[in-house]
Amino acid sequence: MALPQRKTDIGPPHYKQFLPPVIQKNYGKWKYHEVIDPGLMVHVAESGDKLWTVRVASPRILATDTIREHCDIAEKYCGGFFRYTTRNNVEFLVSDEKQVEPLKKDLAKRGFKMGGIGAGISNVVHTQGWVHCHSACTDASGLVKAMMDELMPYFESKRLPSKVRLAVACCVNMCGAVHCSDIAVVAVHTKVPVIKHEDFKNMCELPTVIGSCPTRAISPDPANKSVKINAEKCMYCGNCFTVCPPISIKDPDRDGIAIVVGGKVSSLRTSPKFSKLVIPYISNEPPRWPKAVAAIKHIVEVYAKHARKHERIGEWIDRIGWERFFSLTGIDFTFQCIDDFTFMRDTMRTSATFKW
Amino acid sequence: MKKYDTPLIDELEKGPWPSFVTEMKRAAKNNEMANDALGHLEKCYKTRVGYWKHGGIVGVLGYGGGVIGRYSELGDEFPGVAHFHTVRINQPSGFFYTSAALREICDIWDKYGSGLTNVHGSTGDLVLLGTKTEALEAVFAEYSSRGWDLGGSGSALRTPSCCVGPGRCEWTNYDTLDLSYALTQEFQDEIHRPTFAYKFKIKMSGCACDCVASIARADMSIIGTWKGNIEVNQDEVKNYAKKGMDINAEIVNMCPTQCISYDGKELKINNAECSRCMHCITRMTKALRPTGERGATICIGSKAPIVVGSLLSWVIVPFIKVEPPYTELKDLIRKIWEWWDDNAKPRERIGEVIEMKGMRSFLEAIGQSPIPQQIKEPRKDPFMFYTEGDIAAFKAKEAEEKKTGKFKF
Repeated sequence: MALPQRKTDIGPPHYKQFLPPVIQKNYGKWKYHEVIDPGLMVHVAESGDKLWTVRVASPRILATDTIREHCDIAEKYCGGFFRYTTRNNVEFLVSDEKQVEPLKKDLAKRGFKMGGIGAGISNVVHTQGWVHCHSACTDASGLVKAMMDELMPYFESKRLPSKVRLAVACCVNMCGAVHCSDIAVVAVHTKVPVIKHEDFKNMCELPTVIGSCPTRAISPDPANKSVKINAEKCMYCGNCFTVCPPISIKDPDRDGIAIVVGGKVSSLRTSPKFSKLVIPYISNEPPRWPKAVAAIKHIVEVYAKHARKHERIGEWIDRIGWERFFSLTGIDFTFQCIDDFTFMRDTMRTSATFKW
Repeated sequence: MKKYDTPLIDELEKGPWPSFVTEMKRAAKNNEMANDALGHLEKCYKTRVGYWKHGGIVGVLGYGGGVIGRYSELGDEFPGVAHFHTVRINQPSGFFYTSAALREICDIWDKYGSGLTNVHGSTGDLVLLGTKTEALEAVFAEYSSRGWDLGGSGSALRTPSCCVGPGRCEWTNYDTLDLSYALTQEFQDEIHRPTFAYKFKIKMSGCACDCVASIARADMSIIGTWKGNIEVNQDEVKNYAKKGMDINAEIVNMCPTQCISYDGKELKINNAECSRCMHCITRMTKALRPTGERGATICIGSKAPIVVGSLLSWVIVPFIKVEPPYTELKDLIRKIWEWWDDNAKPRERIGEVIEMKGMRSFLEAIGQSPIPQQIKEPRKDPFMFYTEGDIAAFKAKEAEEKKTGKFKF
């Protein structure tokens, strides 16, 4: 069959055609909303019209048949209208209150998990991992699955002092906002890369490779028509590998994961914050990463016990101090926690006041 | 049909959270590419390394992006993933869909690809995972003829994205859905034909809650704000108190500027001192709402750690009106790109270039004056540049003071 005529530079379809009638009518005229339970909220318009949202979890990697199942459900209860969220949840948009309970029942029967709204744990922002990325030093989807199996109660029902945003990055490129999450996992390399000198001249540009190194550890190696890496300066970021395939940094026995905490992106109460390193290394242990999962759950539980209502993890730690965070969690404080890259002067303590 | 034993990733079908392995198996039922992707992933889990090669240059005629080349080192062992390219479909604003639209997307993808998707990728595109080089033109013809276009990749404007905004949120200060659509349409060439030094991301949030994390992961963050007062509905305040809210602990004491007071009956806000952080409004949404002039704060430069550390976006324009046809904003974006283009080395994000060249050079180029709203604190070192013009202006001011007999600092 002949292909249809292609079009270029048309951009995405206009969003208006995808908005349910209740949104078309009340567009920009919403008055308030209420969270009824972690899987259900209602938005009320100035006109008095109401829109119910039922949120369900998704593993982000979806088979087309699962998307079709979302379509089936939306057609049955929502006039075919639904949306996805920036954290990969599915939201069914219901304009008839009578459809809410039947929809929830149907979703439960099909095995969909409702939740993620309000002061708990929503879906995890994550990267491609071994499923589809060249740069991955672990699998992101697997880590997310293992973490969320353990944290499920906080998605579906259990409440926390405030929301806890989780993220997983399969390398330090950190696609997604991993560097500003309440708790995030970032996979790290820990060894100096190995260079296949014979391929360098055919596959890499010398200035680009030298320029890619944040610590200036790379210099020309004229004898090999390649480059050399100063092991004392290399911090294993892998940026040289990104620009030059013959530089190999993968090492299954040494690649691992680090845990960072205390970041946020909203400006509520306090300014947005970067996440900070607390656990520098846990071995990469697929398929269930038991130690990493236990560490995250432990941090969530200590936070739940000690934080005040509405305090995010970073705000709680700012109030109690990092020394108290380490003593409450029992996490070992290591040299890696002291910045020796670009932020040392801003992160060392410059007063003789602290707690024991 | 089952092709490989996958004991390790089968472990990830256990437990209550929805399983991506189950999704891959669902796609693999009628799709050889998805089947090989399963075997390929099992091997990664077994050896604890990945086998994808660096992206190659593949794409569709006339575009320099939108498709990310992906090849496996293990093409002989898993021929279905020898080529496994990603196609980025530009999502509609706010990720709203109808079932009819998504069914169409799925049907085409089953015909040409692996049947696997990411809904959505981190930047916002609807990501189709895994197709072969020879299918790309057909995939593009099928989608574009039905009104869907490719998103950005490489050193280009990446697909803009936004929060749900006026579609379903009472807090938004501008029409994020419309602005996202308008900018995407305005800059089609910049999205599809990479001519920048590196990637450039634009994200739009309607308020300081920043539900798309624009402040952390967009070279240009457009965050809604307002200039008027917060209107208080005292009856609703009473209702919150009645329902058990400890207003002093949860609202008054958590206000960063301490501009709220509550005497057990009435909530008062000293609006002049409010910094518009949104805390009180989000906690008492029925009782409090912003009024007056609406617009956005423009921040610039955020990015992930590579190369020299993460950046959060910096405030450059504290307040700008955001109304169609968005001429002022579009002009500003073009000026920003022009300065970046003049000053960046390859693979330098705009935040990094501003750090190298100095904020003054950037602000002057885009026509913005210095204003305290841009900074957390003034510089703490005495190493400053003075232009001849700066000194002349200081001297002129002093000459004026001598005439009037009054100092102006």
